[in-house]
Order: sequence, then structure tokens, then C-alpha cells
Amino acid sequence: MTPKGSAWKFGDNISTDLIAPGRYFHLRSNLPEMAKHVMEDADPSFASKVNKGDFIVGGSNFGLGSSREHAPTIIKLAGVSAVLAKSFARIFYRNSINVGLPVLICDTDKIQTGDELEIDLVKGIILDRIRNLKLTFAPLPKVMINILNDGGLVAHIQKHGDFKLS
Amino acid sequence: MGKSLSEIIISQHCQRDVKAGEIVLTPVDVCLLQDGTAPLAIRQLEKLGLKKLANPSRTVFFLDHAAPSPRRELSNDHKFIRDFVAQTGAQFSDIGGGISHQVINEYYVNPGDILIGADSHTCTGGALCAFSTGMGSSDVAVAMGLGKTWLRVPESFKIVVRGEFPLGVYAKDLILHFIGKIGADGATYKALEFCGETVENMTMSQRLTLSNMAVEAGAKVGLIAADKTTQKFLKEMGRGNKYREIKPEKDAVYERSIEIDVSRLEPQISFPHTVDNTRPLSQAQGVKIQQVFLGTCTNARLEDLKIFYEIVKGKKKNSSTRVIVTPASRKVYLDAMKSGYIQAFMEFGAEVLPSGCGPCVGVHGGVGADEDNILSTMNRNFRGRMGNPESNIYLASPAVCAATAIKGEIADPREFLTVKKGSSAKSSKKSSKQKKKK
Repeated sequence: MTPKGSAWKFGDNISTDLIAPGRYFHLRSNLPEMAKHVMEDADPSFASKVNKGDFIVGGSNFGLGSSREHAPTIIKLAGVSAVLAKSFARIFYRNSINVGLPVLICDTDKIQTGDELEIDLVKGIILDRIRNLKLTFAPLPKVMINILNDGGLVAHIQKHGDFKLS
Repeated sequence: MGKSLSEIIISQHCQRDVKAGEIVLTPVDVCLLQDGTAPLAIRQLEKLGLKKLANPSRTVFFLDHAAPSPRRELSNDHKFIRDFVAQTGAQFSDIGGGISHQVINEYYVNPGDILIGADSHTCTGGALCAFSTGMGSSDVAVAMGLGKTWLRVPESFKIVVRGEFPLGVYAKDLILHFIGKIGADGATYKALEFCGETVENMTMSQRLTLSNMAVEAGAKVGLIAADKTTQKFLKEMGRGNKYREIKPEKDAVYERSIEIDVSRLEPQISFPHTVDNTRPLSQAQGVKIQQVFLGTCTNARLEDLKIFYEIVKGKKKNSSTRVIVTPASRKVYLDAMKSGYIQAFMEFGAEVLPSGCGPCVGVHGGVGADEDNILSTMNRNFRGRMGNPESNIYLASPAVCAATAIKGEIADPREFLTVKKGSSAKSSKKSSKQKKKK
């Protein structure tokens, strides 16, 4: 898998309240509608600007806050191919893998909005074509690679009947 | 090498010695779901084709986030959950029953349990020495279907708390101070273990406040050893037989050890828009507050309502400040009625809402206006948290909230408190009598 797309840069501490605001709580059983509001309180125009395949690039502690799996789900539904950040909050990280959204830990300081990125998920390399950057990202634990490769947790359990740790 | 509390509990479940850093499959004792996360979890379970719950007597559904429902869509979500509960024999707490993290600890969680909840503040159960952590809907769906989950055994931070709380300073001030010090991601993926004489002397209500906010430092759990206070709480809740002492082994390995002396701690305020943006009260006084909110899984137990009551009884709220109260559970609400707190709050000018999460999650019952400043006993002050990204949320203890509701600006509760006893400040002899009666 080598997704390509533009970077959308955000700062530190992007909470799940910014990603999936509580005022759209009533849309939790209507995720395509909720996805129209993705990242709304961090950038109100994000949902209308993002293109399929693009990347969200955060700073540290991306996804802090609630356990709402709806947050990574609507990022994925909006067409985002991966989220890159210096660090992730624990529950968001696990939820992202569970919904099949790659989340990559790397040094995002030099990446800016509009940069063209290309990511090799197998080799673990991020290329920034605009800035001639080559970044590496930390590998996932095996169980998470298995879940991600199977397309998310539900597909993983459907396939193996259980968690496959190794 | 000895085991931390996390290693002890997970080892017992895995029936072998596990160490920090290992990835394990473990049985799950209790599953928690609420109306914001349950519909997705039920749909995931249906996709998995799992018709039966692994443990229906300890799978608990709560309608607390939108309770009672303010919208048609949410009423239909509630119906969907009710139908699922009826089909599967799961446990159920309907609207008004209370906030999941309060009710689950009142009735379901025991020391040494592993509790997985589709809500980040599931970590509250750490106060009962349960390995209690938040996950997403899919993880909880699998846990309720298969009765197990995977975990990375966390490294632990030991938080040693010493000293007696000064007048007007509480567990909430301690945890805000701690998060301000360590940062909102200072303990990401780690287990916190709160210990030391101050924690040993805390009531269960205060311990629940501490554990509740472990996730605000990024932690997976916030554990406290099971001791006589745990035993007393379980007895009061009618399940004293579920008590067992659990304490970390003497030579347990901690990644970090942090010491905090509370004897000179001031009341603490978290400024917008992150919990770790904490300042002592002396640097916050004078901020005009349009709304005060006493509620949530952090600080809406009887003891919290009592602290608020002691300060506001017989007074009138400031005319430019709205005051909203949500007791943490039906039990707390009833106890507060019997104690006269609810009447006093209404005479003070507060609005008392049903038990639930509404205002704290921006769903209903207390959305601020643009540029409003809200002072709250909540655990989070993220932008937009209470339903409007243009309002500002400050966090504090029930005592600071009470003083502020009187003054209309962030105010010092110590002005209203005179008698000091132990870690809990009292303002009259009557309150000491009430304590004895219990």
C-alpha cells in the first residue's frame, strides 16, 4: 500500500471533541452525515476541502479525549488515507487501527499543509515530495498490523474467530 | 522482581506471570457501554454474527449521555439499545439512573476485576482497584461477545501523595495539579498507581475523583490499592463479600516515581482549552463566570454536593451567573434530597437536572453562549466540549464552583470555610453531626 495525497497540518492536542464535536452527537448512528462535520472545530472548512487520499498531520497527543470510535471512523469516511502525528492518545490510536485507519508516529514538524506526501506502509517510509523529506515511522505491534491488514477489528475477528497476536 | 497492581491483576486473569510491555489476551469481567457508543458496538457485534453475550449479568448498558433524550434520532438510538438489552439479558440503567462511571462502581465493579468500557472515563473503576480502562465500540463489542480482549501490560508510574489537605483543598485540586505538572500526554499508555498516606486517608468518593482523571494525563488506568476504605464502600453498597485486599508487591518495578506534598497546595484551576493548563487559584481570581456546573463522573457524588451545599446554603447565587447541578446517580440524587441539599440548591437559585452527562458532552442541558466563561467540576475543558466551540471552560473543585456561583467570578472558597477537620473542610458544627450520623 502506497497512498498519495496532500497534507493537512494541525497542531498539538487535537481532541476528539474537535474531530467529532459533541453537538453532532445525534448523528452517531448516521456516520456519513457526521463525516460532513469532521474536524469542524479545528478547521471549519476541512470537510469541504479534503480530497480522497489526503493525510491529516498532527503534532503531539493527537486524538486525546473521549473513546468515541466515531472520530477515526469519520476521518476515514472523509477519504483520509492516514493520520501522521508525533504522538497519539491511547484510545484514539487503538480505535483507528480497529476501523482500518493507519496512524503513523513520526516527526511531523517539517510537514506543512499542501505538501504532497507518499507513504509506503510496508517499508515504513513517508516521502514529502515538496520538501524532499524522507521520514520513517515507528512500527506497530504485530497484533495491530494483523488487525489493520485484515481491514479492521470486525473483519479480523470474522477471519480468525479470535485475536491473532503473533 | 515484584508486580505492580496492573501486573498482579492481569497475571491473575491470564493465570501466569505477566510483565510490563507484554501483549496478552485476557478474560474481561465487566463491560460498560453508554448511549453514545452502544449503538455502534451493537452493530459491530451483529456484523460478527455473535448472538449471545459472553457474560450478560456483567455487561451493562447505560442511557446517560442524552438522558432524557432531546432528539428523535437519540430516542431511536435509545430504543435500539433497549431492544438489544431485552433480547440478550444484558444489564440496563435507564435515563435518570445516573452516570455510567458512578453506577458501575456502586453496583458492579469489584477489586481485581478487569473492566472494559466504551467510554474514556471507565478508568474511574481504578479507585476500587479494578483494571478499568476505556476502549472504542468495536473493542467492547468483541469483549462482550467473546469475553476477552487484548492488552499491552502497561508500565506503571507510582504517584506518592503525602501531607494533609489544607482547608478548601481536595482530591480534585490534587489531580488538576498533577496533570498540570505531568502534562496531558505525560502518562500516555502508562498505568498510574496513586498511593501514600494522603490517598490512604481519602474517602472512596475522593479516590473516584482521582482515578476518573487518570485518562486526562493519557494513562490507561489509575489504580489505588484495595484496602479497608474499599471494603467499607463495598459493604455499604451491599457486596462486602466481594472485597479482597490487593496491594502492589514490595519490590514492584515503576518506570517513574513522583512525590506530591499536598500540605501547601492551593485550590487549582484548569484554564481553557486543555486540562494541563493548570494555575493556582491566586492566579485565576476575578475571571467573570457566566455559568457554574456542578456535575459529572468526576465530582457529583454526595460528598461533592455536600461541599457545595456547605458553602451556598442560605445564600443567593450571583445574578449574572447561571448554576446547573446534575447529581451523579439516582442514589446520590435521593440521598441529596434526604439531606436537604437539593432544596438548598434550588433556593440558592440553581437548576437541578436529572442525573446524567448531558452538559459535559455538549448534548443538552447547559450549552454556553459565544464567549461565555463556564466554571465546572468536569474532567475536561476541550474547546467545544460543552456544545459551543466559542465558549470557554474552566475546571475546579466543587468548593471553588460554590464560591464562584456566589461571587460571579472565580473566587476563593476558603473565604466561606471556617472549621477544618481532616481532609474535608466544614463550615459548621451541624455538618460534623451529619457526618457522625452516617
